[in-house]
Amino acid sequence: MSMRSPLGRVRGLGSAKEGTGHWWAQRVTAIALIPLTLWFAAGLLSVIGAEHGAAIAWIGSPVTAVLLVLLLATGFYHAQLGLQVVLEDYVHHEGAKIAAILCVKFACLLLGAAAVFGVLKIAFQG
Amino acid sequence: MGKRPLSPHLQIYRPQITSVLSILHRFTGIALALGTLHLVFWILAAAQGPEAFAAVQAFSDSWAGRLLMLGWTAALFYHLANGVRHLVWDAGFGFAPGQVSISGGLALIVAATLTLLAWLIGTGQLGISL
Repeated sequence: MSMRSPLGRVRGLGSAKEGTGHWWAQRVTAIALIPLTLWFAAGLLSVIGAEHGAAIAWIGSPVTAVLLVLLLATGFYHAQLGLQVVLEDYVHHEGAKIAAILCVKFACLLLGAAAVFGVLKIAFQG
Repeated sequence: MGKRPLSPHLQIYRPQITSVLSILHRFTGIALALGTLHLVFWILAAAQGPEAFAAVQAFSDSWAGRLLMLGWTAALFYHLANGVRHLVWDAGFGFAPGQVSISGGLALIVAATLTLLAWLIGTGQLGISL
C-alpha cells in the first residue's frame, strides 16, 4: 500500500516539488543545442578574424540573427539549469545555496538579454 | 550535513574512465558557462562599433585569448559529444560495462577530432600555420 496521497500521486511532483520538469527541460535544451552549436561553430569559423563590417554583416543577416537569438536563449537556459544542479550538489548551507542559485539565474538572464539585444541592434540598425 | 560520510570518496576511489569523464562533463559545463562571457562581449562590441570590436578582436588574437579559445573549443566539443552519450543513456541504451567505456572513448575521439578540425580551419582562415 502506498503511503502517498492520491492527489500527490496524480501531481507526480515528488519530494523536490517540481517533478521531472528540471530534468526534462535540461534534455530538451540539450537536444536543441546539438544542431545550434554545430551551426554556430561553422558560422563563427567563416568570420574568424574578420573586420567589423564582415562580422556585423554575418550577425545581422536574417538566418544568423534568428539562429543566434535561439542559441543564446537556449544556451543560457541550459547553462543555468546545469549550474543550478552543481550548486545544489556542492553548496550545503541552505541560505548560501539559494542565494548562489538566484545569482546564477539572474546573471544568465542578464547576459542572455544583453547578447540578444546586441544581435537585434545589429540586425535592425547594422 | 553533520559528520556523516559522503559518497563517492574521490580520494579513495581509483579514477576510472566513467568517473573521470563524468567529472569532466561538469567541469566543461561550468567552463562553457564562463566562456560564454567572451561571446557576449564579442556580440556587444560588434553592436557598439568598430573601435570596441577591434579591442575584443585584439584580445582574441593575443596568446591568452587564443589559449582561452582553444580551451573553450575543446570544452564545447567534449560537452557536446559526451552530452549525446548522456542522451543515449536517457533513452535507455548503452549501460553494459563494456559499452560505457567504448562510448566514453568515442566521446573523447569525437571531441578531439572536432577540436582539431575547427582549429585547422580557423588557423587556415587566419593564415597561421599550426
